[in-house]
Amino acid sequence: MSPTPIDHLTPDDLDAIGAEFDAIRDEVAADLGEADAAYIRRVIAVQRALEVGGRASLMVGLLPPAWFAGTALLSAGKILENMELGHNIMHGQWDWMRDPEIHSTTWEWDNVSASEGWKKSHNVEHHSYTNIVGKDRDLGYTLLRLDPEQPWKPAHLAQPIYNIALAAFFEWGIALYDLEVDEARKGRKPWKRVASDAGRLLRKARKQVVKDYVVWPLLSGPSALPALAGSATANVARNVWTHTIIFCGHFPDGAETFDFDPAELDSESRGAWYVRQLLGSCNIEGPPLLHMASGNLSFQVEHHLFPDLPSNRYAEVAPRVREVCERYGLPYVSGPLHRQYGQVVRKIARMALPGGATQAEPALEPASESRPVALAA
Amino acid sequence: MKLLDAAAALTTPVLPEEYLAYVNPLWATRQPRGRVEAVVPETPDAGAQPEGHGVGFPRTHVPGQYVRVGVDVEGVRHWRTYSLTSVPGRPDRRFAITVKAAPEGRVSEQLVRRTRVGDVVRLAPPAGEFVLPTPLDGPLLFVTAGSGVTPVMGMLRALVARGPLPDIAHVHLSPTRPEAIFGDELRRLAHAHPRLSLHEHHDDADGRFDLATLGERVPDWRERHAWACGPAGLLDALTAHYTAEGLSERLHLEHFAPVVAAGPVGTGGRVRFLASGLEVEADGATPILVAGEAGGALLPSGCRMGICHTCVGRLCSGAVRDLRTRELHDTPDALVRTCVSAAAGPVEIDL
Repeated sequence: MSPTPIDHLTPDDLDAIGAEFDAIRDEVAADLGEADAAYIRRVIAVQRALEVGGRASLMVGLLPPAWFAGTALLSAGKILENMELGHNIMHGQWDWMRDPEIHSTTWEWDNVSASEGWKKSHNVEHHSYTNIVGKDRDLGYTLLRLDPEQPWKPAHLAQPIYNIALAAFFEWGIALYDLEVDEARKGRKPWKRVASDAGRLLRKARKQVVKDYVVWPLLSGPSALPALAGSATANVARNVWTHTIIFCGHFPDGAETFDFDPAELDSESRGAWYVRQLLGSCNIEGPPLLHMASGNLSFQVEHHLFPDLPSNRYAEVAPRVREVCERYGLPYVSGPLHRQYGQVVRKIARMALPGGATQAEPALEPASESRPVALAA
Repeated sequence: MKLLDAAAALTTPVLPEEYLAYVNPLWATRQPRGRVEAVVPETPDAGAQPEGHGVGFPRTHVPGQYVRVGVDVEGVRHWRTYSLTSVPGRPDRRFAITVKAAPEGRVSEQLVRRTRVGDVVRLAPPAGEFVLPTPLDGPLLFVTAGSGVTPVMGMLRALVARGPLPDIAHVHLSPTRPEAIFGDELRRLAHAHPRLSLHEHHDDADGRFDLATLGERVPDWRERHAWACGPAGLLDALTAHYTAEGLSERLHLEHFAPVVAAGPVGTGGRVRFLASGLEVEADGATPILVAGEAGGALLPSGCRMGICHTCVGRLCSGAVRDLRTRELHDTPDALVRTCVSAAAGPVEIDL
């Protein structure tokens, strides 16, 4: 087997890495306070203002400048709501405040998928089984082939095309994906649960659709059609953006995938878990606005190491994580948006065809006696 | 309200009040809020916060009741109960609570020392059984110590406002004269109303209060219905005193600190909160509420001493130990007060 990024680590190294990351986490968690609470409330206020501004402008959307301004404000509002607010609050990053209005158990996001189903598929499954082939359904969202280890099917030939459709309608893709029809087909999820999840999705989606495409346009009188077009454009803009950020989080070059029996996860050490999260995630470099618009998922590495630390703290944690990686000779994948996204597009195109270069997979068990590595230590 | 329901179609997935609260925070109904209208220092360590309150909050209360107040300390929401000390039903809908800054008391410190006019706090409706009967049956005895005077002050002010005052004897204990909460007002009231006799006791001048002297101060105490609020020691002594005289049905108590039984600490266990799926490890001396909050669970809480029942949750499996009595509760579906119950082995609770 070809060398992997963790060949040089001993079980003791993994324990030491685990202790270092635990220490960073504990230090930040102990420091949370009023300034953090003020930050998230400020973001919520800005998001509400964008939403109000966007809707108000679209009500007079017959005037082209008002339409463009309204659509831009609404798009920004939806992006901020889904990324920096919805995704992060539903992760429980702000549960420490004990404010029922900003809490993972109560937040409902501006998205057709209901928060309840999303939390399970995202928080539980994706964050537990990150990049494990055949277990992390986020690896291609059961639609795309993104790893040579995933079996090729003729339908994958069209994936560069349907990925574009997926980007445009990403919220619907995620909503359907959360139903886990593929799991039900394999007999791993009762059809009854699929049906009840579908009922929840329909109830949520109906409210979203009525708001965006019926009530607001009707209230806009003569500007009804521009208002409808503005809502639709904002939803598509948000979809394309979230799709871009999320795909750049785990699929650019250098992100490792893992091929092992999930049963082995039970014996995975804390340090090994951290290293798997680290190897499977990629950061995006850019100005503060990019970090804000991506819900700080541009710090995907830090997010996967510390999924429940408030997102406003990832930027300060990042240099410390990078320093630990340098010290232990671990890769820290990071690059500007255009480069990371280019690599994702290239991978989608390459994996549309059978085969593909097999990257060295970090194994759970030492491959041989001579190799001092055991991720499962 | 109909209009707000219709407006929800415009603001889904959030409620219209999410936006309206930026115009006026008091318009929130799901979680009523109050705005601090004045901060009045009562003693060096205690102050009253007259507060106006918003939509969704009852207009009135019964004197002696308390209100739950939620404030953020270092970004974290904390709830405490405070007795209402104002006369109920003011036309401006304001009410007052009187708070004594307790050492290490994060919430009381915040309210007494760092609260400013205009600050917004969260409120829950008034509650509590420590109230006078209507009509009153006979003369009254109030026994209060420290900030235990607050519910009684609410009663006194209401009685004075209603008039004429019934026959009242009030024994009020405090460490020193300047530290006597409402000392000046009580003296003024006693001066103006001959039917109110005030018996102040100051530990520094008079020594430790001895209940045996109650008969000297209030010779007809047996004929009076007694309302007492103060530290556990005083209330325990009163209970013993009244029980010995066979008068326990005349005594009405309000605690303001949890009464924790002495005894060996249990084993604790893993607590699972079903609403959030959160699991925390809790030792046998820590209330389930405290352990859950530390783990980030969103749990209802109020008095934190087993009185107000805000924190109850259904026990789905396992056993809990009542920290006040050391009693073990393991009946499935029992409603347990998480603020005074510790885990005894693994526990699942429907909260």
